[in-house]
Amino acid sequence: MSERVTVDEVERVAELAHLELTPEESGHMLHDLNAILDYVAELNELDTHGVAPLAQVSELFSAPGGSGLRVDGRRPSLERAIVLDQAPETDGVFFEVPKVIERQ
Amino acid sequence: MTAETFVQKPKALADLRAEIASGTTRAADLAASYYERIEALNPRLNVYLSLTKERALAQAERVDALAAKGDPLPPLAGIPVGIKDVLVMRGAPATAGSKILEGYRPPYDATVVEKLEAAGAVLLGKLNCDEFAMGSSNENSAYGPVRNPVDTERVPGGSSGGSAAAVAANLAVATLGSDTGGSIRQPASFCGVVGVLPTYGRVSRYGLIAFASSLDRVGPFAGNVRDAATMLSVIAGSDPKDATSSTAPVPDYSVESDRPAEGLRIGVPAEYFGDGLDPEVRAAVEKGIESLKSAGCSVKPVKLPLTKYAIPVYYLVATAEASANLARFDGVRYGHRSASSGNLNAMYSNSRDEGFGAEVKRRILLGTYALSAGYYDAYYLKAQQVRRLLAEEFLRAFAEVDAIVTPTAPTAAFKLGEKTGDPLAMYLADIYTVTASLAGICGVTVPCGATESGLPVGMQVLASHLNEGTAFRVARAVEAARE
Repeated sequence: MSERVTVDEVERVAELAHLELTPEESGHMLHDLNAILDYVAELNELDTHGVAPLAQVSELFSAPGGSGLRVDGRRPSLERAIVLDQAPETDGVFFEVPKVIERQ
Repeated sequence: MTAETFVQKPKALADLRAEIASGTTRAADLAASYYERIEALNPRLNVYLSLTKERALAQAERVDALAAKGDPLPPLAGIPVGIKDVLVMRGAPATAGSKILEGYRPPYDATVVEKLEAAGAVLLGKLNCDEFAMGSSNENSAYGPVRNPVDTERVPGGSSGGSAAAVAANLAVATLGSDTGGSIRQPASFCGVVGVLPTYGRVSRYGLIAFASSLDRVGPFAGNVRDAATMLSVIAGSDPKDATSSTAPVPDYSVESDRPAEGLRIGVPAEYFGDGLDPEVRAAVEKGIESLKSAGCSVKPVKLPLTKYAIPVYYLVATAEASANLARFDGVRYGHRSASSGNLNAMYSNSRDEGFGAEVKRRILLGTYALSAGYYDAYYLKAQQVRRLLAEEFLRAFAEVDAIVTPTAPTAAFKLGEKTGDPLAMYLADIYTVTASLAGICGVTVPCGATESGLPVGMQVLASHLNEGTAFRVARAVEAARE
């Protein structure tokens, strides 16, 4: 297995993804990511020069609809009280979260 | 623990509906009898995560009232149905198999839930699955694995393991699951039931907890092809709440499934019968192909040489989309929030760290990596380019044949714990299913035989976009030959 990713990169990516990994988890992820990336490197055998990327399959078949945009009109949404009822912390109007900026 | 078997075939949907219409069976009694069976077997199988009894019994009574008046009944009147726990029902738990959604009660119904109830279905409860539908064995559920009703020491497949096992053990007449890379087809094959991958956009995704939005599909499981077809006709159709849903008219798929398969051209791709295919699975699928010849189909080889690239493409595209979709689980608006966080960033990462399991973290990391600066072109873009080539290869094949048949999975159900230590080995369980996911085409898996030890084997019938009717006809011919 080649070293495609380093432990520093795993930690950087974890930070980007808002994941906190223990050193043990980082080690496992490093091993698994290297194994998976080794495997997906097979794709480099294929010449894809000039091939447009396919992000959405609806363009492949001429189905009616699929790409149509709905009318941009006013419509009732869920009631605030019902939605906030699910929040871990709320004052009834806003979602409450811990401090964003630490005061020096 | 010794292996046990809890297989029981549900009665045909049309027969049950006729009993309810004539009053010989009350929908409320039927629902109660299903709840009794669930209570007895769920401790052994871990199929249901939560039950929606009040709602189910109220619906059953509405159906009974209609029947008592002699009013015409909708297509699923009184039929007990289970819902994979990645689809939301108002006020009922929706965990997606994850601790991060423990306690969450969604304030709305998925479109498919509304459609099922409008058609008279009685929704019994929410079915266990791999966390966020990520897995091929149901062992990634935070609420414990589902056991295969055919052999409780084996996995039911995944990620819709509960949906497949519920039908196999008659803990529902039909169920809904979701399929992103094989999550309906592979468990249906492992549990010996029928599973349907509808064309991308055929069924609304509104109210489906998203895994990979360009791949996710909602589809039915049932005990036979005709019932699966009836279910699909109910849940299919356009939905203003899902901009990718197709407005193509919805046929009566049960009528389609009754049409003889005679004269259909069937393609068999050698790429799906190579190394890694279990010989007993091969033999069962080949027998299924013979029965198609007997039914008057013509069978010819087709070439799908890019098949071997499908797993790499799938695991890049799906994880990239998952890393974006799962960013919403951050402890702010719903679900789990870590109790021990002094600032906002720590709250995000502690909540996610405590809430997500190992496989979900692995996929978020892989997806974030594939999308990150410096790697985007090499991984994500490359995967999307190969995705187009794979899709075009299918379209060329479908110019020559009406349907393509393959094994659904390379093996029959494996043992619990057999693959949990090796993520790559687990990913390869999807080797025959991810191709159709990437191309957006439809498919049906139908039981075509069993191994010597009695484990079910499924045949995958693939058809081109919006040609579900053809897939049902072929699947029905395979099923009919075994009756």
